Amino acid sequence: MTAAAATDRSAPGAGRGFSLYPLLKPAAGRLGLAVLAGSGAAGAAVALTAVSAWLISRAALHPPVLHLMVAIVAVRACGLSRGVLRYLERLFGHDAAFRILADVRVRLFERLERLAPAGLADFRRADLARRLASDVGAVLDLVTRVLLPYAVAAVVGLASVLVVGALAPAAGLVLAAALLVAAVGVPVLQRAAARRADGRLAPLRAELSTGVVDLVHGLPDLLAYGATRDRLDRLAVVDARLTAASRRSAATAGLGAAVTVLVTGVSVLAGLIAGAYAVRSGTLRGELLALVVLTPLAVFEIAGPLPAAAQHYAAARASLHRLAEIWTAPDPLHSPRLAPTAVSTAPRQRSEPAGQNGQHTRLAPTDVSTAPRQRSEPAGQNDPHTRLAPTDVSTGLRQRPEPAGQNDRHAGPAGVPELRVEGVTAGWVAGRTAVGGFDLVLPAGSRVALTGPSGSGKSTVAALLVRFLDPWAGRVTMDGVDLRDVPADEVRAVVGYLPEDAYLFDTTIGANLRIARPDATDGQLREVLRAARLLEWVTTLPDGLDTLVGEHGMALSGGQRRRLALARLLLTDARVLILDEPTEHLDEATAVALTRDLLAAAGERTVLLITHPTDLDECLTRVPVTAVRRGPGRPAE
Amino acid sequence: MKPLDPRLLGYAQATRAYLAATVVLGFGHAALLIAQAVLLAGAITAVFLNGAAITAVEASGLPVLVALALVVAARSAVAWLQEVAAARSAAAVKSQLRSRLLTHIAARGPAGGRPAGEIAALAGGGLDALDAYFARYLPQLLLAVLVPGLLLARLLPADLVATVTIAVTLPLIPVFMALVGMHTEAQNRRQFRLLARLSHHFLDVVAGLPTLKLFGRARAQAGIIRRISDDQRRHTMRTLRTAFLSSLVLELLATLSVALVAVGVGLRLVHGDLDLATALLVLILAPEAYRPLREVGANYHASAEGLAAAEEVFTILETPPPVAGTVPPRDGDIVFENVEVRFPGRAGAALRLDATIRPGEVVALTGPSGCGKSTALAVLLGFVTASSGLVRVDGVPLEDLDLAAWRRRIAWVPQRPHLFASSVYENIALTGNADGPEVVAAARAAGADVFVQELPEAYGTVLGDAGAGLSAGQRQRIALARAFLRDAPIVLLDEPTANLDGATAAGVMDAIRRLAHGRTVIIAAHRPELIALADREIRLTAELVPA
Repeated sequence: MTAAAATDRSAPGAGRGFSLYPLLKPAAGRLGLAVLAGSGAAGAAVALTAVSAWLISRAALHPPVLHLMVAIVAVRACGLSRGVLRYLERLFGHDAAFRILADVRVRLFERLERLAPAGLADFRRADLARRLASDVGAVLDLVTRVLLPYAVAAVVGLASVLVVGALAPAAGLVLAAALLVAAVGVPVLQRAAARRADGRLAPLRAELSTGVVDLVHGLPDLLAYGATRDRLDRLAVVDARLTAASRRSAATAGLGAAVTVLVTGVSVLAGLIAGAYAVRSGTLRGELLALVVLTPLAVFEIAGPLPAAAQHYAAARASLHRLAEIWTAPDPLHSPRLAPTAVSTAPRQRSEPAGQNGQHTRLAPTDVSTAPRQRSEPAGQNDPHTRLAPTDVSTGLRQRPEPAGQNDRHAGPAGVPELRVEGVTAGWVAGRTAVGGFDLVLPAGSRVALTGPSGSGKSTVAALLVRFLDPWAGRVTMDGVDLRDVPADEVRAVVGYLPEDAYLFDTTIGANLRIARPDATDGQLREVLRAARLLEWVTTLPDGLDTLVGEHGMALSGGQRRRLALARLLLTDARVLILDEPTEHLDEATAVALTRDLLAAAGERTVLLITHPTDLDECLTRVPVTAVRRGPGRPAE
Repeated sequence: MKPLDPRLLGYAQATRAYLAATVVLGFGHAALLIAQAVLLAGAITAVFLNGAAITAVEASGLPVLVALALVVAARSAVAWLQEVAAARSAAAVKSQLRSRLLTHIAARGPAGGRPAGEIAALAGGGLDALDAYFARYLPQLLLAVLVPGLLLARLLPADLVATVTIAVTLPLIPVFMALVGMHTEAQNRRQFRLLARLSHHFLDVVAGLPTLKLFGRARAQAGIIRRISDDQRRHTMRTLRTAFLSSLVLELLATLSVALVAVGVGLRLVHGDLDLATALLVLILAPEAYRPLREVGANYHASAEGLAAAEEVFTILETPPPVAGTVPPRDGDIVFENVEVRFPGRAGAALRLDATIRPGEVVALTGPSGCGKSTALAVLLGFVTASSGLVRVDGVPLEDLDLAAWRRRIAWVPQRPHLFASSVYENIALTGNADGPEVVAAARAAGADVFVQELPEAYGTVLGDAGAGLSAGQRQRIALARAFLRDAPIVLLDEPTANLDGATAAGVMDAIRRLAHGRTVIIAAHRPELIALADREIRLTAELVPA
C-alpha cells in the first residue's frame, strides 16, 4: 500500500488517475472512529428489534417478570445508544471527508498550476471551474455516502447473519444472500445501466454549464444582436437532452429500490419458513422464531440504502475520471534538465552555486537580488534596498536614472541579462506552428519593438521568453543559458510580461497590485499607479485602493484595466519587460505620454514592446528603436 | 424553512403531479405495511403458540405464505413507482426552474448581474440538490403524515397504551426538529453562499492562472485554496454539529419510544392483558410509524441544500426585469438631452452628454479614456439607464421604445467582444437566420476571412472558451463581421481598430467607410485616422467630481 502511495506521489502525471488509498490516508484515524461509531449505532438498532422480539415471545409464556429484566435493560440501552453513536459517526465521517476534500482540491490546483496556460488549451474555462468545484465535491460523497455506509453495513450484516444462521441455518444463508444482492448485485445491475446514463449526463451537464457561462458573459453581445432567444433555445435543447437522459436513468434508480424491498421480503419469508420448520422439528425454541423472522427487517434498514450508496459511487467515479483527465494531461514544458524537485520545494536553494554550469551561476546572483522571494525575508520590510523596483520607477519618472552611483543600483546593468531567441519554432497546439525559424536578440538594456500583423505569433514569442512554452526546435537563452535549464519561476522573476489578456481578479485595486508584491506599501502602490498614469483617477475614487474592480475587472474601462495591469508589472523586480500593447484602449495623448514615461522609467531594464507599426510611427519615434523584427516564416497565417 | 415552498408549486408545475402521485403511493405503502405486519404476527403466533405447520396457516382464505409473497411483490412495485416518479419529476422541475432562471436573466440584461460563476453553479450543480429533495425528502414528508395516521388507526383497537405512547412521542419529534432547524436555517444559507463564493473564487483563480504564474504567485494560491478549504471545513463542521443535533433528538426519541413500547407490551403480555399476535403487530408497526420521520430527518440537510438553491432561483426571479416600451422605433435624430450616468460607488459621472446625432451622420466620440465613450454606447443599447436626462430617438424617449425592435436597428462592435464556445461561423452569425455566403462575405468585409480560412476547419473551427486560440485583433474582426452581417441603419463602433496593425486597420477603415454609407455611425475613437473618418467629432469631458 505504501508502494502505491509512493507511485501516486512521485508520478502524478503518469498514473491512470486517482488511487483512493493515498487520498484517504491523512484522515484514516477519523474514518476508523466513524466506522466504529456507525457499527455501534446500526448494531443497536438491529439488537433492539432482535431482543424485543425475544422479550415479547418469552413474555407470552408468562414467566416471572424478573426473568425478563436483562432483556428489558438491553432493549432500553439499545434505544438510548443508537442516536448518540449515530451522531458521532456523522461528525467523524464528515470531518474526515472535508479534510480529504481540501487535500484533493489543493493537489488538483497544483496540477493545474503546472499545466496553465499552454497545457490547458484543450479545456474550456467554465468546464475547468466545474471540475474543481463540483467534481472535487464528489470526494465528499465518496466518503460519507459510499465508504461509511458500506463499512457499517458490512460489519453489522455479518454479525446478523452469524446470529440468525446459528439459530436457523437456512434463514441465515438466505439473509446472507439477500444482503449480498442488495449490497453487490443490485449495484452491479444498476451500474451496468447507469454507467451509460452517467456517461451521458456528465458531458451534457458540462455542456450546459459552458453554455450558461457563455450566455451570462456574452449577454451584451447577444442582446445587441437579438440572439438571446437563439442562445436560450439552444440551451433549452441541451437542457431537454439532459432532462431526457435523467428521466431514462430514473427507471434504473427505481429498479434498485424495488429489488431491495423484494429481497427484504424474501429474507423475512425465508426466516418464517425456515424458523417454522425448525420449531416443528424441535431444533429451534419457539420463543426465538420472532427473532429469526424480524431481525432481517431491521438489518435491511441498514442495508437498504446501499444501492443508493453504490449510485453515488458511480457518479463519483465519473467525476474522478474527469479529474484524472487533468492529472494525465501532458506537461507543456520539457522537464528541466537540472534537478527539478530542489526548485519546487526550496526555491531559495538557487543561490547555492549550481556547479555544473558556470553560466548558470553567473545568472543566479542577479536573480536572487531581484527575485520576489527576498520579500519574504523578515528584514526586508525596513531595508530600503528591497524596495528597489518601485524606487527605481519613481526616480525614473522624473529624470532618467543615472547608470550608477545610487545606492539602489546594486542590481545594475549586470543584473539585466541578454536574451536570445535562436531559430525557434513553436506553437500552442500540436501541429499548429505559431512561429517558425524565429531569431531575436535582446541585449541588456535594449529597447526593441516587436511588430507584425495580429496572429503572426508575437504573443508566442513573449510566451517563449517567459517560459510559458518551450520551443519545438531552436533555443531561447538567457545570458547564454538555455531557458529549459532554468526553472520557469526564475525566468519569470527576471522577465516580466504584460500579456494582451492580462487578468484582473475580482477583488480590490490594491489586492490586484499586490499579486506582484504581497508586502508592498500603499506608497509603493501609488508610485506604480502614477507611473501607469492611473494615480489621479484612483485618488478620485471614494474607496481609493480598496475599490473593487469587478469580475474580470469589468467595473473599469478598457484603458484603466490595461494601465492597472501595467502598474502591477512595474511593481515587480523584473529586469526585462515585455509589454504587449501597453497603451491599448488609451487615447492618443495619454498613449504617447505613457509610452515615453515607460521607456524612461525602464532605466537599464530591457524593454520589448509588442506593438503595431502605426503606434510606432506616432508614439515611439522619440525613443531609439534598436531593432524591428518579425518572424521570417509566418506559418500561422 | 418551510418544508414545502409554495413557490415551488408555482414556478415548477411538475411538482403538483408529483405530489398527487406520491399521496396515492403513500396510501398503498401504508396499507401494505399493515397487511404484512398482520400476516407475520398471525403466522408467528400460529407456529409458536399453536404449534401449527406453516403451510397450514391461512389468512382470509389464502395460505399465509402466498399472501405474504403477494404483499412483498406489491410493496416492491410501489417502491419502484415512487422512485421513478421522484426522479422524473426532479428532472422536469429542474429543467423548468433552469429555463425560467435563464430566460429571466436574459430579459433583465447585463445591468446588476451576478457573477457568472454563481449563476452557473446555481443552474447546474445547485439545482441538482433538488434531486434529493424530490426523491427522499418530499415523499417522506408526506409519508410522515400518512403512515403514522393509518398505523395508529390500526393499532388503536388493538392496544390503547402503545397507541397513546406513539401518538404522544411522534409530535415531539417535529417540534424538537423545528427548534433545532430554526437554529440551523441561517447557517445553512450561509453555507450555500460560502460554496458559491468558493466556486467563484476558483473560476477567478483558474482564469487568472497565467497571470499568477507570471508573478510567481500561482503556488501561493494553492496555500490560499487550502486555507479557504480548511475554513470551509471548520465552518461546515460548526454548522453540522448543531444541524446533526436535530437528527440526534429524532433518533433518540424514535428509538427510545420503540424500546419503551416493546418493553411495555412485553410486561402487559406477562400479565395476560394482551395476546401475542397483537403484541407482535405492535412491535412490527411501532418502528414503521417513526421511520418516515427519521428518513425526513436523515435527508433534511441534503434537501435543505436543494431548497436553498430553489430559494436563490426565486430571489432572482422575483426581481422584476425592466419594463420595456412598446413604441416602434423610427428613423430620426438621436438626441442626448443633458444625459448623465452615475454608477453606484463611484465618484463623479461616468458620462455627461448633450448632443444631437442626425440620421446618416458619422460621429466620432472622443475624449480621454474613462470619459464615458463606451457608456454612451451602452446607454443607446439600453444596457445602462441614464441617472438623469433623457435620450430621444425621433422625439420618443428611449425607455418608451420597443427595445428589441430598437436593438434590431443597431449593429454594435464592443471593445471586448465575447466569443462563444461554438464554431467561427456561429460566432459571426449568432442567430440561425444567416446563410453561409452572407457570413463569409461579412467576414471578408471585416478582414477576418484570411485568418479564418487558415484555421484547421475554417468556419467550422470550434473556438475554445472565451475565444481561446484567437488573438485580440482576430476577435475584434469577428465582432466586425457580426456588424457587417447585421446590415443595420445604426452602427456603434467601440474602438474598432484598437487591436489591429496598420495594414489591417486601413482595410477595416475602408470597410467602415463602405459600411457607413447611408447609415448613422457612432464611433468611440481615439486614433486620429479613425476620427478623420467621421463627419463630426463630439468631445466628451465628463469631469470627475470628487465625492
